[in-house]
Amino acid sequence: MLKKAYVYIVFIFLYAPIVILALYSFNDARSRGSWGGFTLKWYVALLNDKSIIQALITTIAVALIASIIATVIGTFAALGIYFMSQKARNWVMNITYIPVLNPDIVTGVSLMLLFIFMRIPAGFMTLVLAHITFNVPYVILSVMPKLNQLNPHLFEASEDLGASMIYTFFRVILPEIRAGIVTGFLLAVTLSIDDFVVSFFTKGAGVNTLSVLIYAMARKNVSPAINALSTVMFVIVLLMLIIVNKRTKNEEILN
Amino acid sequence: MKKSMAAFHYIVWMVIFTVVPMLLILGYSLIEVTDNGVIHLTLDYIRKCFEPIYLQIIAFSFYTAILCTALCLVIGYPIAIILAGDSFKHKNTLIFLLLAPMWMNFLLRTYSWLTLLERNGLINRLLTLLGLPNHSILYTTGSVMLGMVYNFLPFMILPIYSVVSKIDSNLIEAANDLGASKWNIFRKITLPMSIQGVFSGIVMVFMPAVTTFVITRLLGGGQKEMIGNVIEQQFIVSGDWSFGSALSALLMVVILVCISFSNRKGTAEKGERGALI
Amino acid sequence: MKQEAIRLENVTKSFDGIEDVLYSVSMTVEKNEFFTLLGPSGCGKTTILRIIGGFEKPTDGNVFFDGKKINDLPPNKRKLNTVFQRYALFPHMNVYENIAFGLRVQKTDDATIDARVTEMLELVELSGYEKRAVTSLSGGQQQRVAIARALAVKPEVLLLDEPLGALDLKMRKEMQIELKKIQRCLGITFIYVTHDQEEALTMSDKIVVLKNGVIQQMGTPIDIYNEPENAFVADFIGESNILSGTMVHDKLVNFMERDFVCVDSGFGENKPVEVVIRPEDIKIVPPDDGMLKGKVESITFKGVHYEMIIDAKGYKWMVHSTMHPLQGADAGMDILPDDIHIMEVQH
Repeated sequence: MLKKAYVYIVFIFLYAPIVILALYSFNDARSRGSWGGFTLKWYVALLNDKSIIQALITTIAVALIASIIATVIGTFAALGIYFMSQKARNWVMNITYIPVLNPDIVTGVSLMLLFIFMRIPAGFMTLVLAHITFNVPYVILSVMPKLNQLNPHLFEASEDLGASMIYTFFRVILPEIRAGIVTGFLLAVTLSIDDFVVSFFTKGAGVNTLSVLIYAMARKNVSPAINALSTVMFVIVLLMLIIVNKRTKNEEILN
Repeated sequence: MKKSMAAFHYIVWMVIFTVVPMLLILGYSLIEVTDNGVIHLTLDYIRKCFEPIYLQIIAFSFYTAILCTALCLVIGYPIAIILAGDSFKHKNTLIFLLLAPMWMNFLLRTYSWLTLLERNGLINRLLTLLGLPNHSILYTTGSVMLGMVYNFLPFMILPIYSVVSKIDSNLIEAANDLGASKWNIFRKITLPMSIQGVFSGIVMVFMPAVTTFVITRLLGGGQKEMIGNVIEQQFIVSGDWSFGSALSALLMVVILVCISFSNRKGTAEKGERGALI
Repeated sequence: MKQEAIRLENVTKSFDGIEDVLYSVSMTVEKNEFFTLLGPSGCGKTTILRIIGGFEKPTDGNVFFDGKKINDLPPNKRKLNTVFQRYALFPHMNVYENIAFGLRVQKTDDATIDARVTEMLELVELSGYEKRAVTSLSGGQQQRVAIARALAVKPEVLLLDEPLGALDLKMRKEMQIELKKIQRCLGITFIYVTHDQEEALTMSDKIVVLKNGVIQQMGTPIDIYNEPENAFVADFIGESNILSGTMVHDKLVNFMERDFVCVDSGFGENKPVEVVIRPEDIKIVPPDDGMLKGKVESITFKGVHYEMIIDAKGYKWMVHSTMHPLQGADAGMDILPDDIHIMEVQH
């Protein structure tokens, strides 16, 4: 009984701010201290806020472009690493871990320095490059275990039967590691959308991701439109998670 | 063509976007560009990190991060153990609910506390209703700590939960069979076997806590500064890249040392386990 | 005089109210007995062990220990210990600490623990392994540690759940002898679960054969082998030829279109029965001298004997014999009245 009560208290702690935020998003009074009646005007304001919509588009575009490129690079990289000698593999994996383990702020400022050093003007382009960089390791780390599970003789068997390397990759290997690639891609998309720190240091003037925009807004005057935005985002996240959960459960049942 | 060449483009990519930037950080922290464009080596910036004012900020960062980690451990450990046990029927739903806020934007989660904590926010209103004096909770060490614990608590719970829930139920039965009471089973089996999860939990909370600059900025209002804030300022406001780089390099070294230490422990355990199979 | 150690009285178990895993199981285990629960997987043998160990509660019926009802006694209060299927050694403790675990829980003093652990290690022939990590041991060694750990707290009854299942054949044979030795030497009751009939026959004083949660037969290994009570037991304990026949009257049975003299009676007259004949009980004789005549379909050399399949009137007989006719040749078969086992037709 005590145990349950404790768990409930912690869950209230975790959810209270989110729930209250959602309530305020329907509050007609601008001041957050009082309740001025139910309204949807902040949702309308959200839709009409050009900077928010622009940031949303940027966020999704960066996430998709960076994740697709990172998935392609990462998948081939994992394949190459799989065939490396133990020594070379250790070296490459150590470098792969750097962006994963490094504090975000260090990754952010180091890439900022790089772009300045290489004279690449900060903007959409640098944002994509930075996101690819921190996404690729996660793709590799998702694909590697699938490769390691493969029967090592698959390649030989395929080549023995006269298949070219390219054919072997697309017809024999790819179907086997597809699950890892999909996981890696989804992970990359979520990390991209969620990222603030790296984007903050590598974006150019006038280019905002949602995270960066929220940061800027939260520091100045807070618009209740943010309440509406976070409510929408939380509902979307919740729905996505439920769908993914249902799907994996169904797959488990099928298996 | 060797098959390992499939990783060639990746290696080129990583050299340009990971190795070179790291070298740039190290480089900038060791050089100084004078007004007439002459570059020369200097240890001034590394030394500057250890000036009392910055040393104080570093100490405060570590103090805050350690306190946050400790709080997360104290609050989170029982949760992980309870969730791994059989108190709840819908365990998976609870784990799902624990994960869900983590998928929500980190800034929004932090921002939500602004609403609750500010001067005419909900908590102060409640205090007024109860006839208690208003407190400025926002922009204090307390509000920063609250924001950190709130954000990082799941990072502590999950690794402990996943380790504890994987403990073979046969082990619990064996201990019970040998006469151990519930408390003894916890003390002698669950606790020692959960240590691995506690280690990863500590790393996963401490790392983002010690380097954060968002939570301190939003909930600390620039009153309480941490290393992250100083680094941010050097790059965004004052343009002192060399000093910013020196601080980043320092942070990087500390983190990498922490990780390689906890990693060595991890691999040693893995090695022992490997012998079983 | 024999004393009762454990008694089950009409124990029934169903999980989540669905089908019965055990149906009205009653049995008595005597003190100092090597008692084996034998059956195919899913027959409920492990469930019986878990009920005795206290890890499951019977849905219905009672469990007695030394004559006292122990239905609601938790495992840590029962004077019996379990050797688990996959050992369940505590991976974070070394060999010594694993064995000392139960004693430490009882707050035994260090000197006693030390003496007891040393004694146990000697018993399982692992002296000198005290400081070794359990994860670094071979399967057989882990098994010995698990046994030592369970025995260290001096249980009156030791429960063993397929303890040799994960070992290879040679190691299994060694451990069978070892276990029997330990049981004799300590003079305590062993309740042993296995699906391996040979293992059961080698080690047990008494065997219970189970199928689908129902006891099929209970008795000594010799009883069970020689006098199987039904076709399932006969088939499960060694290979058998099982035919359907008709009991003409007492001591006369008809099968394969011929009357045979047998020793069983009490089945009634002209009643359908099942006839079980062990392959080694069939004697090969010249084709026209035998009670039955068939054609040798295959011959396999099995070391001590040949295994033959002989087709007689469409029924393929399995015959074990040290001599054999040629493949494809005709052969005669003789069966003695003693070796014809009659049982009721199973439903």
